[in-house]
Amino acid sequence: MTLSTPICASADPVSHPAPILTVSDLRIETTGPQPAALLESVSFDIRPGETLALVGESGAGKSLSALAILGLLPPDAMRVAAGQIHLGRTDLATLSARQMRAVRGGRVAMIFQDPLGCLNPVLTVGRQITEALRLHKGLRGAAARARAVELLELVRIPEPRKRLDEYPHRLSGGMRQRVMIAIALAGEPELLLADEPTTALDVTISTQIITLLRQLQADIGLSILMITHDLPAVRMIADRVAVMYSGRIVETGIADAVFAAPRHPYTQGLLSARPRGAIAAGAAPLTEIPGAVPQPNERPSGCTFRPRCPRASALCAQERPAMPPATSGSKAACHHAGTSTDHARAF
Amino acid sequence: MGHYLRNRLLQAVVVILIIIVGNFILLNAVPGDLVDVLAGRGGDMDADLMASLRARFGLDDPLPIRLLDYIRNVLTGNLGYSWPHSQPVLDVVLQRLPATTLLVILSVITSVFIGTLTGVFAARKAHKLTDVILSMVVLVCYATPIFLTALALMLIFSVQLGWFPLSGLTTAGAEEGILATAADMGRHLVLPVVSLSLFYVAIYARLSRASMLQVLTQDYVRTARAKGVSERGVILGHALRNALLPVITMAGLQITELFGGAVLTETIFGLPGVGRLAYDAVFARNFPLLLGILIVCSFIIVIVNLLVDLLYMKLDPRVELTK
Repeated sequence: MTLSTPICASADPVSHPAPILTVSDLRIETTGPQPAALLESVSFDIRPGETLALVGESGAGKSLSALAILGLLPPDAMRVAAGQIHLGRTDLATLSARQMRAVRGGRVAMIFQDPLGCLNPVLTVGRQITEALRLHKGLRGAAARARAVELLELVRIPEPRKRLDEYPHRLSGGMRQRVMIAIALAGEPELLLADEPTTALDVTISTQIITLLRQLQADIGLSILMITHDLPAVRMIADRVAVMYSGRIVETGIADAVFAAPRHPYTQGLLSARPRGAIAAGAAPLTEIPGAVPQPNERPSGCTFRPRCPRASALCAQERPAMPPATSGSKAACHHAGTSTDHARAF
Repeated sequence: MGHYLRNRLLQAVVVILIIIVGNFILLNAVPGDLVDVLAGRGGDMDADLMASLRARFGLDDPLPIRLLDYIRNVLTGNLGYSWPHSQPVLDVVLQRLPATTLLVILSVITSVFIGTLTGVFAARKAHKLTDVILSMVVLVCYATPIFLTALALMLIFSVQLGWFPLSGLTTAGAEEGILATAADMGRHLVLPVVSLSLFYVAIYARLSRASMLQVLTQDYVRTARAKGVSERGVILGHALRNALLPVITMAGLQITELFGGAVLTETIFGLPGVGRLAYDAVFARNFPLLLGILIVCSFIIVIVNLLVDLLYMKLDPRVELTK
């Protein structure tokens, strides 16, 4: 599958206004006598109208980052141990429970991976949309219903009036994800957290959903934090990319730059593990990254990617590579960062 | 929907017919009949008199003939005659039905309400001290036999404290009037309802706690939270309705179980109910009455099951009754 050149609306992120979301040095630990760090020194920001993609394997901590923003980490199991999350100028940690509820679904909305499981099976689609309208816009009754129809139209659902009275199990997968997006848009959020929104959908529907998100972004100036391991989707929608590995961000930069010239060996591995060109025409076989992501309590010393890395050296075992200060292109937390003309060969 | 109802009612007719035939054969296999009981009571009955009595009650016809006669009668609404009561069976059963119905309905409402409340509360405090204490109390309720609860409650609250009447459904010679009668019956029903409910409170508490804990891990609960719904809204608006589904199933079972199964409670508290009537009918070898009770009860059970199915469909739109 060949991809067209990604449309990159924001050419230069440096000239953008102040970020609407700033996550700095976020650390999430498990609770209990021996806390394991699930997320370590994670920092990123999102500017208005921008899409940042968090990319990485399962267990890298992508979803945790999003749940932490909304304050929805499971309270019995995890806690934010260090770091701050600012929404605009507001430190979210200082908000009361009530203020935090106004943020959830109000200024920041979230959509999830499995749209069937995420919609309440015993409530109609209309009820689930109008609930958000009641909470964040104070709309009730006919006004809420009318707005819900508008929202369903906005997410391109045919016959919106009829759909309001349907239950989620009657809708197709793509339709359900559109309903989820409609619910998320009900509070007119500034930021949408999209946690693997296309993973449970087939390729055609997935492309439709990504296209829809891009159109919405252009129409209503939404910022999106896109969490995914769907690299083609990232190329379609992301302005910037942050690659996560084992609870840390290992490479970040403008999407085009990262895709064209990945600097971290892990990013290079990820990109080589993805099909390019026609497989049938005898193209090179897919390269996989050997080994698996270590468990949070079994992370090696120094660089956590070291055991799987072809460039690992003695230094990597001793010293954890730090993220270099901001540059205009991409930057990677690696002692041996650098582009290689054929990064697939490294593996 | 109409199609479904028609099929269900047709099924019900078949079920009740099978119940009639099965019970008729079973009861006739039991040694002894009404005449034996009468002879035992009289003490000086000879074989001729017993034979003539059997002929008069129709007890000497062959089994298939009696069965066919019986079914024909049932179809015309005649459930036979209860000689000891000198009344048609249906009348005797219908006289006893209100007391049992009242007991069952009050007990189901009480136990579902208190049980679910306890369960939801325990689920909210899962694995904390409150939950542990509640679980222990619930376990005690679950493990205590109904007759023991009934006797203990009676000793404490009727005999010692004198708060509630000892026995019966009404006070003889009490005030007239609907309100006074209702209050009097209410006072008589408190202890029976409590003893009958305690066990079921435990069942509902355990059921709804487990169900609630399971529902709270569902993705749609996370969606509700991400939408900004308050904790109370999440529990009452999103989780409870899903968590109630197994409770509804259990409530249906409880109703059907209690209609014939409240014998102990009815006996201990001297309530003129159906369970007590069935118990007496067994010892009096009053088989027409026993059969009548079984038929009426199976009829009620079929209706209750149908209502539970309809309610279930109302609560869970994924269930579609089409067959």
